[in-house]
Amino acid sequence: MPRYFTRDHEWIEADGSSARVGITDYAQGQLGDITFVEVPAVGASLTKGDSAAVVDSVKAASDVYAPVGGTVTAINTALEDAPDLVNSAAESDGWLWDMDLADPTELDGLLDAAAYAELVAGQ
Amino acid sequence: MSNTDDISQDLRVLPLDSWHRARNARMVPFAGHAMPVQYDGIIAEHLWTRENAGLFDVSHMGQLLIAAPGADQPLAQAALEALLPIDLATLGQGAQRYSLLLNDQGGILDDLMVTRWSDGFFLVVNGATKHADIAHISARLPAGVTLTERSDHGLLALQGPRAAQALASLVPAAPDDLWFMTADTYRWNGVDLHISRSGYSGEDGFEIAVPIPAIAAFADALAEHPAVRPIGLGARDSLRLEAGLPLYGHDLTPDIDPVEADLRFALAQRRRREGGFPGHARIMAALAHGPGRRRVGLVLDGRMAAREGAVVLVGETPVGTVTSGGFAPSLGYPIAMALLDVAHTAPDTALTIDVRGRRIAARVVPMPFVPHRYHRKGVA
Repeated sequence: MPRYFTRDHEWIEADGSSARVGITDYAQGQLGDITFVEVPAVGASLTKGDSAAVVDSVKAASDVYAPVGGTVTAINTALEDAPDLVNSAAESDGWLWDMDLADPTELDGLLDAAAYAELVAGQ
Repeated sequence: MSNTDDISQDLRVLPLDSWHRARNARMVPFAGHAMPVQYDGIIAEHLWTRENAGLFDVSHMGQLLIAAPGADQPLAQAALEALLPIDLATLGQGAQRYSLLLNDQGGILDDLMVTRWSDGFFLVVNGATKHADIAHISARLPAGVTLTERSDHGLLALQGPRAAQALASLVPAAPDDLWFMTADTYRWNGVDLHISRSGYSGEDGFEIAVPIPAIAAFADALAEHPAVRPIGLGARDSLRLEAGLPLYGHDLTPDIDPVEADLRFALAQRRRREGGFPGHARIMAALAHGPGRRRVGLVLDGRMAAREGAVVLVGETPVGTVTSGGFAPSLGYPIAMALLDVAHTAPDTALTIDVRGRRIAARVVPMPFVPHRYHRKGVA
């Protein structure tokens, strides 16, 4: 399944018209120890660029933006008791929410893995 | 995601800059310096310090010597008492005391430590305020009293229940001699170390002024001890928050007086009676009538932290503002300090905090959140 990245350090893995969203391993490393994750409500309607979640670390709270528009269909309930999954497995078990895509062509404007790696290497 | 780390130019470099980088520190701008915010991770570093010994580089802080001719420093003592609500007559040689640099309204310009040395008074002031402090103090010193910045020394803090054991491996006499808030000079490898038993973690520990040419060797020697790990600014902040110790620029500002800040212990009894420090009349009025607002500790429900600027409410009525807050690694829940209308400062008062539009339940608790474990004289 294709995985895309944003310049704001989210990843989104699309499967047809649905997708899973999280923050990148680079991002969790920058944030440090994560102590709380506020995910959107199931059923919430997101527009691309909305602040959709908040990742709270010992250092600071950071917004997570919706990489594309759509409707939230599931959230990662494991993060309630284990927010540090975002540290240990940001790009797998530490996912944040699933969504149905409003417009799959919005994915076209995102970065692929190589372009994201290049972005991070320059930071 | 939003991202905040931004190492910009024009930062001063600490004497141990390459030492930190060699230990995988993440460096961030703080108080005009590139500073290590973390090495392994803030929570691991925090818990290590509570159980073992953490080594902190606080060389960004200002080290000032206020001195005048004469054995007992009467001129320097009078000059400092004109700026601080401290009683230096009762501060013996090698004794250290916390004090506050006040403006004419009684607002807090900085918080600092004063130690009486044989040749003057040694002040440790905050890094972010040191240039303003130096200007403020210098402009108010009478002829014959000098201020010297000891910029040829770095400052290390060694904090935690095994700090004494670790320091004893290099300077055996210091942990034997020193109680909390006392200081002396010790010889190590041909250099003089000025060591005080104090710190900013709530734990037993030491602050050690080291001549810059020797500081890397001294840090290496300390870090070789199995109890010692380097600890960054992130854990320094979470440790001091749990210890209920205010952070200048956040919990203390020029708009907050010592009574509001709940730092009445820093207002010496003789100075309350005799006056002669900035803001005396206003501070005495605040003591007599009680402050309108007061710094308190809050414990939050759930795991979401409230940070500086979050509004504290009773029902729909704002009653104050969070001045600093975060997740408390030793407790496992978020805590905060807030400046609240005094009517809502009793322990167990139920409040809510607006965190980005969400209402978080909180209650007032006594500070410290985590008990202090200082090595006090007369206490086993």
